[in-house]
Amino acid sequence: MTSTLEPAGAAEAGAAGAAEHEHYDPAASKLGMWLFLFTEALLFGTMFIVYAVYLHQHAIGFRAAARDVNKLLGGANTAILLTSSLTMALAIAAMIRGNRRACVQLLAVTLILAACFLGVKGYEWGHKFAHGIYPKSASMLLRPAGEQVFFGLYFTMTGLHALHVLAGGGAILWAIRHIRLGRIAPDRPTVLANVGLYWHLVDLVWIFLFPLFYLI
Amino acid sequence: MAESAEHRPVPNAVYLAVWAGLIGLTGLTLAVSYIDLAGVGFQTALLIATVKASLVLLYFMHLRYEPRLYFTMVLIVLVTYAVFIILTFSDYAFR
Repeated sequence: MTSTLEPAGAAEAGAAGAAEHEHYDPAASKLGMWLFLFTEALLFGTMFIVYAVYLHQHAIGFRAAARDVNKLLGGANTAILLTSSLTMALAIAAMIRGNRRACVQLLAVTLILAACFLGVKGYEWGHKFAHGIYPKSASMLLRPAGEQVFFGLYFTMTGLHALHVLAGGGAILWAIRHIRLGRIAPDRPTVLANVGLYWHLVDLVWIFLFPLFYLI
Repeated sequence: MAESAEHRPVPNAVYLAVWAGLIGLTGLTLAVSYIDLAGVGFQTALLIATVKASLVLLYFMHLRYEPRLYFTMVLIVLVTYAVFIILTFSDYAFR
């Protein structure tokens, strides 16, 4: 136990004697981030089980309801989010190579792609609201139970995911600020790497939401 | 050891290749959704999603380059999740 902690402490003291009181433990930081990501994965995982149970009970209703969902928009949003994951991974690699400028630029592109994703999502939701497709609308209440459950799950799960995209965007802004302040640097990229892990998890969840709501 | 793994950047070409694969699989899953696969269309879409998720985990989230501990932890989460699914459906499937 002590042997694994010692090199980090020694490297820290060697790197900056002035900052010896500052606590920086990249291994523990990354481990903690993964544990947090597991709770996030199981949060969505539980909702996937709820979806699976209702699909089991209302297979016909789910397939009928999915005709009101535009799979091309869903596919476009999948491509947007996957590309934002690429720019995030490239941003972290740029930071490790010592190129802060490229890192911040790539993070800015990631943020723009996140905004595009939310824009498409907002358009989809707006389009559905305009056609009376939302929980408990007059026309929704006339539909079979399976279709009502499908859209209930659709708005809950894509909504919770969109909140995670917003939180991820906030984390990226926070990381950019820490790069400016020098707290994220080429020799200490762990915080940025953790923000990246969160961003990739948001992508990971969407990879499964896409077939669940658009390709059924 | 953990430090050196932390500071070894994955070549950009690897990230670009993974991204191209992910976009290709998204195109494939969309194309397949227009074909009638006699009842296994949804399963095919989930299979493709699982391949995509594995690519994101292994390369973008660096699981491939991490110590074995991380692999073990992910495995424990997946097994726990599988237990949830089995317990839930051992009930619902036989109602």
